[in-house]
Amino acid sequence: MSKYRTAYVNARLVDPASGLDAPGGLLAEDGKIADFGAGLFAGGAPEGAETVDCAGHVLAPGLVDMRAQLRDPGQEHMEDIVSAGHAAGAGGVTSIVCLPNTEPVIDNVAVLEFVARRAREVKLVKIHCYAALTRGFAGRELTEFGLLGEAGAVAFTDGEVAVANAKTLQRALSYASTFGHLIVQHPEEPSLAEDGQMNSGEIASRLGLSGIPPVAEVMMIERDLRLVGATGGRYHAAHLSTAAGIDAIRQAKARGLDVSCDTAPHYFALNEIAVGDYRTFAKVRPPLRGEPDRQAVVEGLKDGTIDAIASDHAPHDQDSKRLPFAQAAFGIIGLETLLPLTLELYHNGHLALADALALLTCRPAARLGLAAGRLEKGAAADLALIDIDRPWKIDEEAFRSKSKNSPFDGRPVQGHALRTVVDGRAIYDAGQDGEDT
Amino acid sequence: MNASADSSLRFPHRHLLGIEGLSADAITMVLDLADSYVEQSRKPDKKLSLLRGRTVINLFFESSTRTRTSFELAGKRLGADVINMSVSTSAIKKGETLIDTAMTLNAMHTDVLVVRHSDSGAVKLLSEKVNCAVMNAGDGSHEHPTQALLDALTIRRRKGKLQGLTVAICGDVLHSRVARSNILLLQTMGARVRVIGPPTLLPGAIDRFGVEAFHDMREGLKDCDIVMMLRLQTERMQGRFVPSIREYFHFFGLDREKLSCAREDALVMHPGPMNRGVEIDSELADDIDRSAIREQVEMGVAVRMACIDLLTRDLLENAP
Repeated sequence: MSKYRTAYVNARLVDPASGLDAPGGLLAEDGKIADFGAGLFAGGAPEGAETVDCAGHVLAPGLVDMRAQLRDPGQEHMEDIVSAGHAAGAGGVTSIVCLPNTEPVIDNVAVLEFVARRAREVKLVKIHCYAALTRGFAGRELTEFGLLGEAGAVAFTDGEVAVANAKTLQRALSYASTFGHLIVQHPEEPSLAEDGQMNSGEIASRLGLSGIPPVAEVMMIERDLRLVGATGGRYHAAHLSTAAGIDAIRQAKARGLDVSCDTAPHYFALNEIAVGDYRTFAKVRPPLRGEPDRQAVVEGLKDGTIDAIASDHAPHDQDSKRLPFAQAAFGIIGLETLLPLTLELYHNGHLALADALALLTCRPAARLGLAAGRLEKGAAADLALIDIDRPWKIDEEAFRSKSKNSPFDGRPVQGHALRTVVDGRAIYDAGQDGEDT
Repeated sequence: MNASADSSLRFPHRHLLGIEGLSADAITMVLDLADSYVEQSRKPDKKLSLLRGRTVINLFFESSTRTRTSFELAGKRLGADVINMSVSTSAIKKGETLIDTAMTLNAMHTDVLVVRHSDSGAVKLLSEKVNCAVMNAGDGSHEHPTQALLDALTIRRRKGKLQGLTVAICGDVLHSRVARSNILLLQTMGARVRVIGPPTLLPGAIDRFGVEAFHDMREGLKDCDIVMMLRLQTERMQGRFVPSIREYFHFFGLDREKLSCAREDALVMHPGPMNRGVEIDSELADDIDRSAIREQVEMGVAVRMACIDLLTRDLLENAP
């Protein structure tokens, strides 16, 4: 029986995990990486394999997006596993870790398995799930960490809801350490963020909107770090947006705590000015901050304090966003803009290419214990072929996502996936998708 | 010659959504025209036929009696048909109402839509969905442009000018759309603005507004020409922002003793409705030598006549 083989020839292999960055080739066989390396296929493509000429473009591990909301089950009119799969493909993403804030909430094994089964059936992007940390995000009763973990939950979080009760978080960190599970926090002190619509400061004051002060982030992180220290738990702070929050993680790492954090592109690519004249597409939680905080996020990425960049994909329909600012939903979609916005950091000289890609591949995968995000013989052939220089303009009309809530519409960027491969199979091909290249 | 005699004057904006973005010339145009409407409104026959056949709709998503009445009178005195629509935000699903209502009114060939809404930015959002001129009658904590214009008219008539005056805005600046519009207008017209209140009632980064902030009434009122008091809403006085009414009045309520720190001829203003004994001493509020509060109400009608007039002129001229 012949094997299904694809030979990627004439590629620039970039594997951030191993430091490989060299011209070479890769052979995928039955969905796995059979071979790869500098100079592979230099003499030509092998017999009997489909050949993909990479034309010198970057062939890297597919992106691992450690934080996205898929709305499936429950709000499929905003996004579902199929539309998210196509959006992910167009963004070079091969693995998504989805938040548990579906309807119903992923706080039990049945819902978790439902999502996993849907993802297997759809066969686009790979979908992993966080499970809720407390039942129904109510902040009181812990979910079944052990059973959910066995069923595939990669970590535990109440998603967009901060675990405000210190006792609950203490117990969660403590109990999760039984299984070595990671606790993911939305770090925002709820009483300070109450009624808040955007970052506190001059712009909020001028617009007459209530603010969410930057200190709401670091206060929650500092409290949590005390509990991490006391319990020996594993902790991850999601979507950091402030200098103080990042610095708290930086210091905790220096003290040897098992902590990590991520951010999302809008926290380094935009600041609060994007809210402009009540632009609800720029309404997000935590809010877009002032310029010094934006710069601190870039610094946190440069010095390695921030472990990952996640899309923080949060689809919302028009009815949720075409509202007075205070009534509009929080959230920005990001699956299709994660790669080019992260590559801005490379093009602007803030990060080396491998370091930028590491934030999207091996680093989040390692933190979550996923077998993904690196080129390895025998590993799944989850790949992204990327033209890192290709200029294009973000266009909400072209989004494959069902929702269009992006503040980046019209932004000129560089870098686009040419082909996205999951288990050896292309889920996206820029040429076939009629993109102008 | 005032502006009313020169009907060729064109207001350079399609809507009146806020003071932000208005030039000193545009503000002066409104005030000059409003002056003439003050005289008109004092005549026995107050009604003009300038806007005969035009439709003005007062769309109030937040209850208000005085502002709505003021707009209604203004529209009627210009000869327009005025309809009042009150939409309770709690009764109907929010948001959808706003856009749906806009679409409905669009289909009714409205000429001017006067809108009040409890959310900042809601009036602007609505203005993007309709074809008529939109006037902001107060949106959340954002702006209340006709209030600032009527305050300016009141001051200009009493003091003869705006430039160079020192104006203190006192009290709940944080939640006040009146304060925001007044700060913008007064600064545009060359007045110096101070805000006075406890830090819990002043907006964040208030220093970035180009105003001087004070937490002590006596200090803040020193040498002021104008003392503008703001309304403190009941739900904000009982512990959430200030501990009690009695403590608030003691430190931030305007009485004769605190007013004595201001200039001898300082004028006291209040956008109404007043909380007597909370932010202002009752007897002081009624002292016509010191208080311009009743005059403000009169100027309100004139300023709103001027605004409706100017916005419809523009529309008439550009009508297809």
